[in-house]
Amino acid sequence: METTKKTYTRVDPPEGVAGAGYFATTLDRVIGLARKNSIWPLPFATSCCGIEFMATMGAHYDLARFGSERLSFSPRQADLLMVMGTIAKKMGPVVQQVYVQMAEPRWVIAVGACAASGGIFDTYSVLQGIDRVVPVDVYVPGCPPRPEQIIDGFMRVQDLAATESLRRRYSEEYKALLRSYGIFTTDQQDTM
Amino acid sequence: MDPVYLPEDYWPILVQSVVALGFVVITMMLTHYMAGKRKKIRVLRKEENFECGIELKGNARFPFSVRYFLIAILFVLFDVEIIFFYPWAINFREGGWSGYLEMMIFLAFLLFGFFYIIKKGALEWKEK
Repeated sequence: METTKKTYTRVDPPEGVAGAGYFATTLDRVIGLARKNSIWPLPFATSCCGIEFMATMGAHYDLARFGSERLSFSPRQADLLMVMGTIAKKMGPVVQQVYVQMAEPRWVIAVGACAASGGIFDTYSVLQGIDRVVPVDVYVPGCPPRPEQIIDGFMRVQDLAATESLRRRYSEEYKALLRSYGIFTTDQQDTM
Repeated sequence: MDPVYLPEDYWPILVQSVVALGFVVITMMLTHYMAGKRKKIRVLRKEENFECGIELKGNARFPFSVRYFLIAILFVLFDVEIIFFYPWAINFREGGWSGYLEMMIFLAFLLFGFFYIIKKGALEWKEK
């Protein structure tokens, strides 16, 4: 039997100076690389988009290829809040509480029309997009989106994670962003 | 020939222990000096318990009725009683009068305890 030699693409090194036996780059990029390839998602699945997410996690689409096989059902260890499905107004504070209780750095992806904009449920009871309660990084359109689309959105989050400055989450702008969603911070002088 | 160990042969172990302890202590102190001071973003809601995003309602550490505990203890009491009764019933003839008396004494103690808890009101289900 003929065997073909397969080359597997691993993670590419970030930009930097490479020489014989050494490689130098910035700390931001190294940590960005690590964060990018080890995003632990917290699935907040409320309806049909959640079913698509199950397919995404399954063997065929295999989100584990991106270092995300470990789902976190506690926000404490999660990096990415994946809101999939219709969020009723009563559920809004719950989404925000889960978001707040996640450890920094955290990202949010709104999967599907309902999470992104309320979708077809233009009614009094449905939150018209989760960006009314939490800051959203990536929106995935579709009703429901196919797993390929979810993976595409996930890869956009990876791009964000790879290029984010380490100081962003300490900045005044970030605090102002949280404040605009009603998430209030108290300053604490502490060693990092 | 058995090797003879003198006390001074063990001093590398002492040195190693001191180095191990010193490394831990010095590293812990050093990190406080090496880390820069930076404003940490603190959100108080983050420090609450995770209850699937639902708001906390009170504390779990409050006194509650011990009735359930009493039921559990009564169950254990009668359970043990049955465990003793089975072998006694099987060996009833071999035991003779002495075995019968011993069991009655055991039963008397047990029933005394039982009447005691009835007097205490352990089996009154309704709150007064």
